[in-house]
Amino acid sequence: MEIVYVYVKKRSEFGKQCNFSDRQAELNIDIPPNPELAKQFVERNPVDTGIQCSTSMSEHEANTERFEMETRGVNHIEGGWPKDVNPLELEQTIRFRKKVEKDENYVNTIMRLGSIVEHCIKQNNAIDIYQEYFDDEDAVEVMEEAPSAKTVNVFRDPQEIKRPATHISLHPDGNRKLAVAYSCLNFQRAPEGMSNESYIWDLENPNRPEIVLKPSSPLVTLEYNPKDSHVLLAGCYNGQIACWDTRKGSLVAELSTIEFSHRDPVYGTIWLQSKTGTECFSASTDGQVMWWDVRKMSEPTEVVIMDITKKEQLEHALGATSLEFEATLPTKFMVGTEQGIVISCNRKAKTPAEKIVCTFSGHHGPIYALQRNPFYPKNFLTVGDWTARIWSEDSRESSIMWTKYHMAYLTDGAWSPVRPAVFFTTKMDGTLDIWDFVFKQCDPALSLKVCDEALFCLRVQDNGCFIACGSQLGTTTLLEVSNGLCTLQRNEKNMVSSIFERETRREKILETRHREMRLKEKGKAEGKDSHPREEKPALNLEQLVTEAEEEFFDVIFTELKRREAEAMKEKPKPLKPPSLETEDEVEGEEQGKEERDREESPTLEGQP
Amino acid sequence: MVVNAEGIPIRTTLDNSTTVQYAGLLHQLTMKAKSTVRDIDPQNDLTFLRIRSKKHEIMVAPDKEYLLIAIQNPCE
Repeated sequence: MEIVYVYVKKRSEFGKQCNFSDRQAELNIDIPPNPELAKQFVERNPVDTGIQCSTSMSEHEANTERFEMETRGVNHIEGGWPKDVNPLELEQTIRFRKKVEKDENYVNTIMRLGSIVEHCIKQNNAIDIYQEYFDDEDAVEVMEEAPSAKTVNVFRDPQEIKRPATHISLHPDGNRKLAVAYSCLNFQRAPEGMSNESYIWDLENPNRPEIVLKPSSPLVTLEYNPKDSHVLLAGCYNGQIACWDTRKGSLVAELSTIEFSHRDPVYGTIWLQSKTGTECFSASTDGQVMWWDVRKMSEPTEVVIMDITKKEQLEHALGATSLEFEATLPTKFMVGTEQGIVISCNRKAKTPAEKIVCTFSGHHGPIYALQRNPFYPKNFLTVGDWTARIWSEDSRESSIMWTKYHMAYLTDGAWSPVRPAVFFTTKMDGTLDIWDFVFKQCDPALSLKVCDEALFCLRVQDNGCFIACGSQLGTTTLLEVSNGLCTLQRNEKNMVSSIFERETRREKILETRHREMRLKEKGKAEGKDSHPREEKPALNLEQLVTEAEEEFFDVIFTELKRREAEAMKEKPKPLKPPSLETEDEVEGEEQGKEERDREESPTLEGQP
Repeated sequence: MVVNAEGIPIRTTLDNSTTVQYAGLLHQLTMKAKSTVRDIDPQNDLTFLRIRSKKHEIMVAPDKEYLLIAIQNPCE
């Protein structure tokens, strides 16, 4: 019901100034209450309502300005002595002390204080007040908190021209330091005047890097030597391998000769487990994997070419974008390539052709990260294109588990060293995903937007608590994850191993099935080899099309005929009540319409 | 060891450098603790300060003019 008030105004008076005037109130509409409507409501007695009598408050967040801190030392020297006493002169100090001791006040005070202190000392000797009485209680802790992570520190590239952080390595003992390699990986798109330097940061001081490494070419990867924390190995953009000793300064200690180095940027460098602690190997997109001894960098000790046709041809070699080595399996290593294939190799094979053991293909793009699960080395994680995949060495056809295709490219991934079910991935849109596949399998357990630009690399600390990720503008962020994600859950190992086994079995079953199907097809093809002439005309595409059309029309016409027959059956049934009859007629009409439509459509399609 | 109000060690059983270090640092800490206690309740005063660390326990008994410091290895 609309309430309308009509008024009339002359056109000449439009836009005229308003002259307000008083007049009596007019009753336009009177709507009396309708008690009928009250019946739609049920009276509620008593009624609860919450009231709070307090000051209303609002919450506001403010970020303080960044506080620049500097650490300085203070030199303490002895002080407090009165002017006439020279603290270095033993005689004077002794004299002063003796004078003080003769003071009466001194004696009384000391007696008093002494008794107090004696009392406490005796207390300590009697009972250990900090003894743990309830040790067992701690074991029963249920982690119910939601997973979360917070930023602890942010290290920004102090250079004017920002470079992406391409690799992060954490200091082997104590994790107090962070080495970050900066380089621009876009081919020939490094801006003019971009510095080649890479930095080692102290975790406490985000304002200034602690040590600056100055190579001749920007560093793509950087790794601390796990045995000797002063030595760092780096792969350069121009293919050379460089070695630093932080005790010797910021210039390169050892550099490989350019003739024997890689021809492309070195994407992976890893230290090997050896008695001398000086062996390492590197991989690059030129398709070679080289072994080096740091003491003699003039040429590599061994070179393997990543050619999966096993012919050792450099032209067919696949460029390596990531390298994996697990200390518990010292003779095996894996290489992730640009073509999306993981090559598993054996170093101790006798002939170079046998070095390449098997390949795993499944990714559509370069594999940027490759890591074995620290608890189950047979399973490994690969990150490339828009997915992260988990593989088992037994199943070579496909990965056993994989994430869905994301909106952004995945750039790096790593397992958590503490929990076998947790792994981390970084994406080009600046998000860090934490996956926990005993908790949730289709989505990450936690997805954090770390920064607005792309994240290029990721590193997890050994206790699983801290993650460092490097972004496109050179900003390295250190995050701390919540306890739930870095403490081993009950039964987690069993669950993870059962998940892996189950998925591997499933893949195996699928593999065998595929193989059977392929064999069948092969069998069929072989059986038909006796009639090759008859097969050939069928291979003609146009004829296939006409055959398909004819089949299509046949199917339509049979269907039409069937419906006509049904419609004919339904019409002679006048005994039915009128409402149903009308429905039938309507149905018949609809069917008639459908038939007409169907008749029209084939004629339309029949005109090529 | 016994330290006076200015932080000068009067009597000590440890070597000189350690004594000087302890004297300086604990004196400042005791002053701070005393002022904290006084800030919270002006009528209160610090009677004893015990600092228990992993390796030993430091006990400080303050006075108007002097400071008695004892370092003990608890029997754990």
